Amino acid sequence: MNDAPLEPALEPALEPAERSSIIRDSLGVGLATGAYGVGFGAVSVAAGLTVAQTCALSLLAFTGASQFALVGVVAAGGTPLSGALTALLLGTRNTLYGLRMAPLLAWTGWRRTLGAHVLIDESTAMAVTRPSTATARLAFTWTGASIFVLWNLATAAGAVAGNALGDPRTYGLDAAVGAAFLALLWPRLHSRANQLVAVAAAAVALGVVPLVPAGVPVLAAAGVALVAGVLPRRERG
Amino acid sequence: MSALWVAVLATGAGCYLLKLGGLSVPPRVLEHPVAERIADLIPVALLSALVAVQVVARGHEIVLDARALGLIVAVVLLVLRAPFLVVVFGAAVVAALARMV
Repeated sequence: MNDAPLEPALEPALEPAERSSIIRDSLGVGLATGAYGVGFGAVSVAAGLTVAQTCALSLLAFTGASQFALVGVVAAGGTPLSGALTALLLGTRNTLYGLRMAPLLAWTGWRRTLGAHVLIDESTAMAVTRPSTATARLAFTWTGASIFVLWNLATAAGAVAGNALGDPRTYGLDAAVGAAFLALLWPRLHSRANQLVAVAAAAVALGVVPLVPAGVPVLAAAGVALVAGVLPRRERG
Repeated sequence: MSALWVAVLATGAGCYLLKLGGLSVPPRVLEHPVAERIADLIPVALLSALVAVQVVARGHEIVLDARALGLIVAVVLLVLRAPFLVVVFGAAVVAALARMV
């Protein structure tokens, strides 16, 4: 399983200047993104997770939106099971990224096993437009690895600090969770169709809040995505 | 082991397998346009529902409180293209101030 060459034979070696430019860009994204971990750590302990659970989630799940979803559902009084289901549904988008990245990264064996862990929004975004496997691997690895290190350090710092603060409501940390979800949603609202889905999903979720156990409204909203995806597209874009 | 630990470990394992699966399965599986569209819309629907529930639900009731004020601040900050952490903690600070008044 180790016989795959690191660089495909047909591709020329990277220029040192191109190499360092890709690494610099990747580290920049890594620094900016990793810092969010402070927010996650603080919000997670405010939701009732322990510092250890918070850090385990960042180490093992390592995908921000899913992590925020689990702690958000728990914070709203939902069962941990419905929180985990919501997190996994959100995690399916990384599967799509994987489908797109697989031919470009062309990894097999242990490299694929290891690389899969840092397959997230940012590492995909930094690598997907590269012209060659060598440049894509470089951008993917440096972005993913730098975010992984910083995200986990920042999570621990945020969790410890959040724990020391006491009642999270005094500091408005319950309001921070909604703001975090909105910030994650914001870049996806580019098209009219997505905006309609967002409004309908919020309406469905709030509509069933009085009727079903906490945690279920968010899962029910996933039905809006199913219906909207199956409906024939009437407009372009 | 508490239910919360089970959820944390299951989420960790599941999220990793979803990533590895994407890198490992033949691309044909999700090439169907409907599957691709649904996969694209699921994060939109879930995140939007999470915003709504997080901000105005309290148990089985709809409550407008300092959290809604925090969300309005978040919208303004996002329109102004503020960085993620500024949006998140800006909403928290305003909600905290509103509770002190």
